[in-house]
Amino acid sequence: MVAKVIGIIDYGMGNLLSVYHAVNAVGAHAKICQNPEDLNAVDHIILPGVGAFSQCIRTLHEKGFVEALNESVIQKGKVILGICLGMQVMARTSHEGGNHTGLGWFDAEVVKLAPSEKALRVPHVGWNKVTYTKDSRLFSGVSTSVADFYFVHSYHMKCAMQDDVLATCNYGEDITVAVKKDNIFAVQFHPEKSQDIGLKVIENFIKLD
Amino acid sequence: MLKRRLIPKLLIKSKVFGRVSRLVLVTTHQYSDTIEVGDPVSQAKIYQAQMADELILLDLDASDGLREEFVAMLRKAAEEIFMPITVGGGIKTVEDFRVLLSNGADKISINTAAVEDPEFIRQVSDIYGAQCVVVSIDYRTNDEGESSVWINGGKVKTDWTPLAWAIEAERRGAGEILLTSIDRDGTSSGLDVELARTIAENVSIPVILSGGCGLSSHFIDGFQQANAAAVAAGTFFCFKDQNPMQTRAHIKNANIQIRLQS
Repeated sequence: MVAKVIGIIDYGMGNLLSVYHAVNAVGAHAKICQNPEDLNAVDHIILPGVGAFSQCIRTLHEKGFVEALNESVIQKGKVILGICLGMQVMARTSHEGGNHTGLGWFDAEVVKLAPSEKALRVPHVGWNKVTYTKDSRLFSGVSTSVADFYFVHSYHMKCAMQDDVLATCNYGEDITVAVKKDNIFAVQFHPEKSQDIGLKVIENFIKLD
Repeated sequence: MLKRRLIPKLLIKSKVFGRVSRLVLVTTHQYSDTIEVGDPVSQAKIYQAQMADELILLDLDASDGLREEFVAMLRKAAEEIFMPITVGGGIKTVEDFRVLLSNGADKISINTAAVEDPEFIRQVSDIYGAQCVVVSIDYRTNDEGESSVWINGGKVKTDWTPLAWAIEAERRGAGEILLTSIDRDGTSSGLDVELARTIAENVSIPVILSGGCGLSSHFIDGFQQANAAAVAAGTFFCFKDQNPMQTRAHIKNANIQIRLQS
């Protein structure tokens, strides 16, 4: 079987290298996409992201990725995984540093974490347990009893449609940490930084049709 | 439930063999007396196998700024390390951040540059997000019990107290504090939990506590008494007949939330 080609969108921010190596580690072929037309030649797409929302969405627009993503994902139905900020930009709007419009693939807003307990710090950094609220092929083979994934974020996505929510994690309250809508998947944690269990999620994503 | 973190700290220096220079892993004692203990990338892989929660890589020979060979080593480590990596040592510019983040780093630890130009914290925090800016605070405590922040690898004293500087660093956009007692570094005499607790009570960002771990119980002290989000150790994991898995089991037995296995 020919290895699937997974396009990783490079918009000049954050750590792409780990995602790149993680994709190759589970047997697919990672391809860094610096230009919108690169998306034509890939099977699945990963939208990673570290940094500030406004800068991320602005760069995606400037480089022409917004149109290319809408064409590949919405019109052609390519499977995509957003990671961390790459999940948040799929929301309708974000309140990080003012109000900013996102890709709008999920009817959701991105808001700052505000845990009521003082002991819970922001950013939410570290390994936290993820609970899957419904069966998902993305979490297939990941035992719920040891599902600790690595998080590092200050903002989180709040979905208007409960059906979009795939997984949650408790940080003072239950926060949405994985979403799905048709061919669109996104996670708030970093699978590429979550050791074996994270590689399993990436492997599951690659296997999706 | 968010787990407390166990972070091996890899201290790195250059060693010259004739005309060849290579990077080696070292331990330090009060920021001097370095002892060579192995190869950084091999050791990082061992820590990955032993389920460390994160790694900190610090270049001790970076007084003139970020070094190419250090970036090359990071790039090599990132090929096989699938856990968060914080790097530090000689980082002074936005370009240093860009280079490190595009070569496998997740978080960048800044120290001297932040004290010399506190606005640098805001600058990189605005571009890359607070979550990737770790402000590293090294301090010494005198006989009167007064603590001061030291920079340039513990060589230059500043007017900041660790508490005031931690509060200021948070205000300017730091995402985490890495707090290290130089006096305790490499001594295995236990963490300075008193000051760490005061700082943890006065900032809302996570505090990584470091300097002095010699026993598993020292980690437990760091979590229970200082309320540290993470404890980092270099010498402890390098020399003791201890590894992150065994230490983790001891911590778990003290009823502290920690990751056990995946």
